[in-house]
Formats: sequence, C-alpha cells, structure tokens
Amino acid sequence: MKVLYFAWLRSKTGVAEELLTPPESVGTVQELIDWLIERGAGYADAFADLSLVRVAVNQEYVDFSHPVKVGDEVAMFPPVTGG
Amino acid sequence: MIRVQAEDFDPGLEMEKMAEGNHAIGGMCSFVGLVRDMDPSTGEDKAVKSMTLEHYPGMTEKQLEKIETLANERWDLDGTLIIHRYGKLNPGERIVLVVTASRHRQAAFDSCNFLMDWLKTKAPFWKLEETPDGGQWVDARESDNTATDKWGES
Repeated sequence: MKVLYFAWLRSKTGVAEELLTPPESVGTVQELIDWLIERGAGYADAFADLSLVRVAVNQEYVDFSHPVKVGDEVAMFPPVTGG
Repeated sequence: MIRVQAEDFDPGLEMEKMAEGNHAIGGMCSFVGLVRDMDPSTGEDKAVKSMTLEHYPGMTEKQLEKIETLANERWDLDGTLIIHRYGKLNPGERIVLVVTASRHRQAAFDSCNFLMDWLKTKAPFWKLEETPDGGQWVDARESDNTATDKWGES
C-alpha cells in the first residue's frame, strides 16, 4: 500500500510517501490511521485532530470508514487551499 | 481543457485561442486568481514574501477534469479552460485561470463561478506562505465550503 502525505501532514510525519504493509486487521482508513499513530510521535501529532484531515483512496475523496486494501494509493492531507 | 503547470500563462492569448474558429460563442467569462501579499492571520498588507503551491499530481488532474465535466453537464457551454499553477510564486503573480465560453452570457458567468467554487474546495492544492514569521500553511475557509455547497451537487 502506498501512503502519501501532503502539506503540514508531511511536515509532521516527516515523510512524503512510503510503501507500507499494515497487518490484516487494518481494513479501513480509520484503522490505517490508528495503526499509523502507533508508529511514532510524528504520526500521532499529524493525526491528533482528524477534523483537519482529508483522505483520498486511489485519488478519489473518501471518508474514514472507506475500505483500504493491498495495492491502494492512500493520501492524507489537510483541507485544500487552491485557487 | 485543463492544465496544471509551473509556468505562467497569458489570459488574453488563452481566451483568443478558445474563441478562434468557433463563431457559435456569444460570450466568454474569465477569472484570474493572483498571489496577494496580505497576511491571512493579521490582515496586514505586504506581509507575504512568496507563496509555494503544492499539489497532488494525478489526483489534481482527475479532480479538475471531474469538475469541468460537471460544469459541461450543467450548462450548455462552447468551451471551458482551467489552468492552475504550482511551485513558488511571488505576490502579483497569476495562480489560476478559469475561462468559460457560451452562446449566452449567463451560462458563461454562472459556470465560471461554479468552477472556481468547486476548484477551491476539491482540487488538491495547498498554499504555503512565506511571511516574516516563517512559512505558514494557509487554512481552508469555511466560506469556501458554503460557496461550493450552494451549487447543490456533492
């Protein structure tokens, strides 16, 4: 699974993208985030307030209950500020 | 048509190209977004030295194509163009161009407004402003969500 972080989420996790193999118990975005938080303080900080986190799976916006599986591209980022 | 690029663009030239050879077009509407120098937290002018626009390559194009399709389904348009830049930009530089062309002006006005509202809340871009206090990520505005919601699609 490829996980990408953008803007201040990247600054906090300290990584732009990483290839991860979460345990089989991780089946949703929320479970992936819970598992990431266990990986270190930077992740815990990045995901401290989920109201500020948006998620895309395979480049489509999804909510936290959306399933994630092997081979997915999962992106985590703050609310967008383009235009 | 959508374009995501680091380079600047010429709004007049882009509009000329869109109108060229299509005499069904009765009017065009354009919006150009610029880098302003106001500090968003203090409201002070001349505070932002530069802005860096980050985006999510791949998803950006996908989302822009999606909103362009939505606009074309909703209005009878003879042309749409979205150009969005990324990278480091200075105050006064152009960030975004939206152009819509139609037989009648109302469709051009409305769809241009729609595209900007949607782009603001759906296109995966993030602004980092360089201020005297260092780099600051620009916060999303609730008013932008309200502006998008008024169009009634989700």
